[in-house]
Amino acid sequence: MKILVCVTSVPDTTTKITFTDNNTKLNKAGVTFITGPYDDYALARAVELKEKTGATITVLNVGEADSEPVIRKCLAIGADDAIRVNAEPTDAYFVAEQIAAIAKENSYDLILMGRESIDYNGGQVHGIVGEMLGIPSISPVMLLDLDGDTAKITREIEGGKESLEAKLPLVLGCQEPIAEWKIPNMRGIMTARTKPLKVVEPTGTDKLSTVASYELPAPRGAVKMIPADAAETLIQLLHTEAKVI
Amino acid sequence: MSVLIFAELDEGKLKKSSQEAIFYGAKVAEMLGTSATAIIAGAADNTELASAGKFGATKVLHATDAKLNEPNGMAYATVVAAAAQQEGSKVIVLAKSSLADAMTARLAGKLKAGLAANVIELPNVSNGFVVKSSIYTGKAFAFNDLKADIKILAIKKNTITPEEKDASAAVEAFTPTLNEADFAISVKSTEKSSGDILLPEADFVVSAGRGLKGPENWSVVEDLAKALHAATACSKPVSDLDWRPHSEHVGQTGLKISPNLYIACGISGAIQHLAGVNSSKVIVVINKDADAPFFKSADYGIVGDVFDVLPRLTKAVQAL
Repeated sequence: MKILVCVTSVPDTTTKITFTDNNTKLNKAGVTFITGPYDDYALARAVELKEKTGATITVLNVGEADSEPVIRKCLAIGADDAIRVNAEPTDAYFVAEQIAAIAKENSYDLILMGRESIDYNGGQVHGIVGEMLGIPSISPVMLLDLDGDTAKITREIEGGKESLEAKLPLVLGCQEPIAEWKIPNMRGIMTARTKPLKVVEPTGTDKLSTVASYELPAPRGAVKMIPADAAETLIQLLHTEAKVI
Repeated sequence: MSVLIFAELDEGKLKKSSQEAIFYGAKVAEMLGTSATAIIAGAADNTELASAGKFGATKVLHATDAKLNEPNGMAYATVVAAAAQQEGSKVIVLAKSSLADAMTARLAGKLKAGLAANVIELPNVSNGFVVKSSIYTGKAFAFNDLKADIKILAIKKNTITPEEKDASAAVEAFTPTLNEADFAISVKSTEKSSGDILLPEADFVVSAGRGLKGPENWSVVEDLAKALHAATACSKPVSDLDWRPHSEHVGQTGLKISPNLYIACGISGAIQHLAGVNSSKVIVVINKDADAPFFKSADYGIVGDVFDVLPRLTKAVQAL
């Protein structure tokens, strides 16, 4: 059983986002980068499967050198080796191309990743990878169990969930509650330092989209407070002032 | 060359978000000097399909194969790709949804298309093809320059307000060749709360957090939601505690919604929660703690006990 877990290195969820260079670059000053929270779920489930079935886990990141701390942390949590494709991950198709190229060389049984990265929120890479490899893709996956080469999956749908079955190999976009996030222990951190991390250059140069510039949302106006003993006024204001109801 | 819109059905009816997508697609078609065609898969009657015309589509391709009656992202991608090829479409528009997400990614892979997700405005076609989208979970926007020959725009709810006109679309049956491989995933069972307003589609949302103290207290939330015809939502701790289903969880790791009105009850407003709701048009916060950070991001606030305030709001709505 070979599992590929694709991870992103993204600003911590509490980050206040700002931009530099005339709004063309993320201001990384003072920003803590973390493993994408959804990717963390994918990795945690992979580690559980490894503990149960003896799988090997390769972590893959499409990113620049500054994403290596995130990759090392994934190794500390339980991945066996890692590959970094040395490129800025700005375009979903481009990132998918890199993942597909690595997957074609190594034929994984499962390719897991988060349902979306929390920077661009596209939620598309797993599907494009599936298409490129000609195998099914499923997202967002809440539960994953294996029975031989059949995956039993629960996926969230609007207003509920559905139970699915499909044969491996599969590409899955994961989310809670597929597994509990794992925290690396000291032994994991020590061994992670010597686990192999291979850096490869990207294949293809198809960036089908680029970001011309960024913008921050306009701040909301001041909050209008309504005394609790006149709570009914709120409904009037929503009706006559905000005109939303 | 027409702009192609992937429109979804919910129990045989055109989804509200798809009406928005059709209207948006028709506007883009106008900008490009072409027409708008909708591609719809699954069972629906002709009157319903033709109603796409009200929102600006002149033609509807109806994929009638019974195998498509169950939503299937992979098979729908095959259908939409075939439709795009038949129509020579260079721009494909759809509304974000769990089905659309699954379909779009496969489609982008098939067509090698430039893709912008969470689009919130009409594109600027004066110099290239630039679309504004929401990124960093609503904390910022990006102006995406789509360079590929074929472009896919996945629009967020409330990107555009559809205006209806008195027109109907010509409906044509569409029967592309389906791939057996697209049916490799078998659906064993589906659990769906029926009759409720779907959260991602809802114009109004009443949401509650740990301030409600327990799942048995949700009736005050549900009553207000019912009076407003709103969907109910919840914070992450509430879904983690299993007080409410995960499909109601809004925030950084849950659904990102953009309704006209979001009422947060007993939710303190952690930045991760705000990320999922900050593109709502109007935000109301009700919390007994005057220092709850959420008040800073709200349009209207009430410092008070939700068990006192909510029933009074419900009555006031009923009296409107």
